[in-house]
Amino acid sequence: MEPLLNQLPIGLSIGAVLLLIALGLTFTFGQMGVINMAHGEFIMAGSYTAYMLQSRAGGEAVIVALPVAFAVAGALGWLLERLAVRHFYGRPLDTLLLTWGVSLVLQQAARDIFGAPNVQVVAPSWLTGRVTLLGGSLPYARLFIMGLAAACVVGVWAYLNRSRQGRRMRAVMQNRELAAVSGVATGRVDQLTFFIGSGLAGVAGVALTLIGPVGPSIGTYYIVDAFLVVVAGGLGQLRGAVIAAVALGMLNSFAEFWTDASLAKVIVFVVIVAFLQVRPQGLFVLRSRRLT
Amino acid sequence: MRKPFLRPLAAVLLLPAALLTACGGESKDKAEAGSGGNTVKVGILHSLSGTMSISEVTVRNSEQLAIDEINAKGGVLGKKIEPVVEDGASDWPTFAQKAQKLIKKDKVATVFGGWTSASRKAMLPVFERNKALLWYPVQYEGLESSPYIFYTGATTNQQIIPALDYFKEKGKKKLFLVGSDYVFPRTANKIIKAYAKANGMQILGEEYTPLGNTEYSTLVNKISQAKPDAVFNTLNGDSNVAFFKQFKGAGFDAAKLPVMSVSIAEEEVKGIGVDNVAGQPVAWNYYETTPGATNAAFVKAFQAKHKGAVTSDPMEAGYNAVHLWAAAVEKAGSTDVEAVKKAAAGLSLETPEGKVTIDGANQHVYKTARIGVIQPDGLIKEVWSSKEPIKPDPYLKSYPWAAGLSS
Repeated sequence: MEPLLNQLPIGLSIGAVLLLIALGLTFTFGQMGVINMAHGEFIMAGSYTAYMLQSRAGGEAVIVALPVAFAVAGALGWLLERLAVRHFYGRPLDTLLLTWGVSLVLQQAARDIFGAPNVQVVAPSWLTGRVTLLGGSLPYARLFIMGLAAACVVGVWAYLNRSRQGRRMRAVMQNRELAAVSGVATGRVDQLTFFIGSGLAGVAGVALTLIGPVGPSIGTYYIVDAFLVVVAGGLGQLRGAVIAAVALGMLNSFAEFWTDASLAKVIVFVVIVAFLQVRPQGLFVLRSRRLT
Repeated sequence: MRKPFLRPLAAVLLLPAALLTACGGESKDKAEAGSGGNTVKVGILHSLSGTMSISEVTVRNSEQLAIDEINAKGGVLGKKIEPVVEDGASDWPTFAQKAQKLIKKDKVATVFGGWTSASRKAMLPVFERNKALLWYPVQYEGLESSPYIFYTGATTNQQIIPALDYFKEKGKKKLFLVGSDYVFPRTANKIIKAYAKANGMQILGEEYTPLGNTEYSTLVNKISQAKPDAVFNTLNGDSNVAFFKQFKGAGFDAAKLPVMSVSIAEEEVKGIGVDNVAGQPVAWNYYETTPGATNAAFVKAFQAKHKGAVTSDPMEAGYNAVHLWAAAVEKAGSTDVEAVKKAAAGLSLETPEGKVTIDGANQHVYKTARIGVIQPDGLIKEVWSSKEPIKPDPYLKSYPWAAGLSS
């Protein structure tokens, strides 16, 4: 029984990681309908930002890097939107190919700049301990990621529901033409949406340095999971993403505990496929005329 | 060796490559291959671009160093060695194409190359069909012995079995096996389980994770519940980083629970972070710190050319391959493939890892197994060795407990 209880906090922490990597994608994919394969590389950009800051900030690099990575990854996303993606709006399948190509370019660029082997980002010393609970232990790094995920969700929620810009963003998503004739500069809203979505990927990238590798191909490890969460949660739905991430985290944790990691992946996929048969729109649906 | 790859893509590309290489059939004119004029041409075929380049370029450099050394002493048979360098581009069909090109067009006397098992498997039919020679410098999963390949890296009984001997000696009786989910770890763990059964050791768990997996909290929980004496780790690449970070995060270190790794060398330690792996054991045949005048000279010569570089096991095996080939050519008095093969059987050479001898029967080399411990400075210090070179046994025929494994 005790080992089983241990899997609860583990499931929660896997859910937090999933949520963090998927949050940005609910903007770029969920809100704007861009199948953004480069999302993983924005995560990578965040990780490398923490690495770059290490020489300046030392052990606290991870903390300092959070806002910086948001800006760096956000700027990359903004550039992508300005230079390429905006010419492809309304053609989601073309954005898939476009952003896939961009992701390959970014990976190779990272390989050329930082080298192919992984680099190390040192975690702050106060994040190296762990708490014991339910007979198991939960590292501080995991708690930190959970807290960060929660903070990001609250921030995104407040932004979408409590700010003028957020309201414009929702207006454009729900009905672009109507928003445009009402005086919303939709192009500018698109830019901002892409900036925030990519920036959140950067934040996730910084957090992931605490528990995972930092190298040119890390984006590819997270991109599929990020899409799973967004699709299962319902496109553009914040609470859908939260529930889907936690549910998938729990499912993953217990499935892996009872079987093994490879089979757990299969189980997660089977459950999602079955779920999407019943609810092709995901957990929550937003009624809109977008993406007809 | 074992790096993940874009397999579906490779499979698609393999078809035209196979057709292409299948066309160059005639191979009559290869006696005294590569020795026209005043030079002897040899091929160097590693990935100089793509994912594998970071590893393979280092081997190319050490092979180049060996060629320079031989040329400085007058070359082979009085002729200078002229390397023809080709790029395998981290793509297995490209390896097959470039091998064909080196053999047929450049008419090289021999080829040094490859790293991943996939690249070796792609080149193998090309070399066998053309009756040409390949020197492969990386430890691998065994169960292969081509008459046209010399394997200068370790096979399983020179790396995995000695690592188990070390655990047995240390009284580690309960093992937990962790590996990436593909052929090498599964082959290795088959061997480990057979060994454990024959030596009164217990396997408490055997877990595989998909290539590139980065989530290890559940696995670490399973390990801490199973309470093993030691972990045997055949994870590949980036997964090692996630595993060790999360293993350390859960409160484990080398003193509490040693983790034996077979794919972590000096270069990988940097990416994982020394803090996370300091004190953990690894199994190889050579470390930069291996004592001996030959190694001191090798490290010095290499670092004179490549500042700040470390010398690793595969680099040393590549360096040895060139010297072994040159010695065999001198002994044979010819660069003819069959003559070189004959001369190479039983050939001994003093190398950075110590004395190595080519086993004529399977064309692997006798190698000394070494267990090292990762130091706080990132280098690896030897703590145990097999004392003398171990006879290579790719099919584990000389181990009664391994009967049935190779079938």
